[in-house]
Amino acid sequence: MKQETMAGNFKKLVLFLGLTAIILILMRYFFPEQSAVSVEVMKNYSIEIALIFPPVLVLMGLADVWIPEDMVKNYLGKTSGWKGILLSLFLGTLPTGPLFIAFPVAAEMLKKGARISNVVVFLGAWASLKMPQIGVEIQFLGLKFAFYRAMLAFIAVISIALITEKMILRSELNLK
Amino acid sequence: MIVALIINVIAIGFLVYSFRRSARETFRALKLALMKGLKLAPWMIGIIVLIGIILSFVPPEVIERYLGGEMTVYQVGAAALLGTISMIPNLIALPLAGSLINSGASYTTIAAFLTTLTMVGIVTMPLEIKLLGKKITFWRNLLAFFFAIIIALIIGFLM
Repeated sequence: MKQETMAGNFKKLVLFLGLTAIILILMRYFFPEQSAVSVEVMKNYSIEIALIFPPVLVLMGLADVWIPEDMVKNYLGKTSGWKGILLSLFLGTLPTGPLFIAFPVAAEMLKKGARISNVVVFLGAWASLKMPQIGVEIQFLGLKFAFYRAMLAFIAVISIALITEKMILRSELNLK
Repeated sequence: MIVALIINVIAIGFLVYSFRRSARETFRALKLALMKGLKLAPWMIGIIVLIGIILSFVPPEVIERYLGGEMTVYQVGAAALLGTISMIPNLIALPLAGSLINSGASYTTIAAFLTTLTMVGIVTMPLEIKLLGKKITFWRNLLAFFFAIIIALIIGFLM
């Protein structure tokens, strides 16, 4: 069964690569100017993802094997309170890549029993409160702007998380 | 690049530690990682291709045209929408934002753009829905968009 899904996933990946190649060729033909730009962007993004995604996957695999569900429930679950929020914030601010890398991590947290609000705090912090990002922001937009934005984003991230949780019943998630 | 280096070092460190505790469990973890990686790889490729195409049709010059100059209500809305549909790496977006401020753009507009750029993502929504469900995706993005505008307005007031 496992082998089958692995082969299936591999097939899908090859299919996607083929599709990508076709799209790129079509773009080169119909929009030669844009094509050059988009290839450059794709190249940069691919390099970033290739460097960051594998270690994130390995860390997720290790977390899956070594961190018991009880521990996740305990630190990030229903009764985790402010400590849970702070831990989620901290995990989100660690230096990593773009937000979509965080989605699989967040899904894993949910599956293991983390609160919806904590998972959304984690995503919010990852998106807007990452430490290296704030450093670059200070450099280009000034300390005052970066400070105000970070403070307001902090409040927003927690508000978004609490409201999102209020809006959703856990049973509605139907996690796979 | 330093970020990539750090996270790789951390992953390798934990991997070695895990291997010392149990080789079998470590292989199980690696297998899980590989499975998940194969499953998510097509999504990553799709997102990267979309980002590349969108950015090539909405180049920085276009963003500059929309976000520069005198601030209007429409401009703040347009900035938030532009941030929502585009996915620009921070290392490009932040210098661009800085140069726009220097050439007279308002802090409100720039804050709206930068906040939705990082917090709201149309391109990545299919993946978010697949992994976290429709409800979380809907509320998280909607609320983030709403709060981005509030953040922008307050920053405009404070600066």
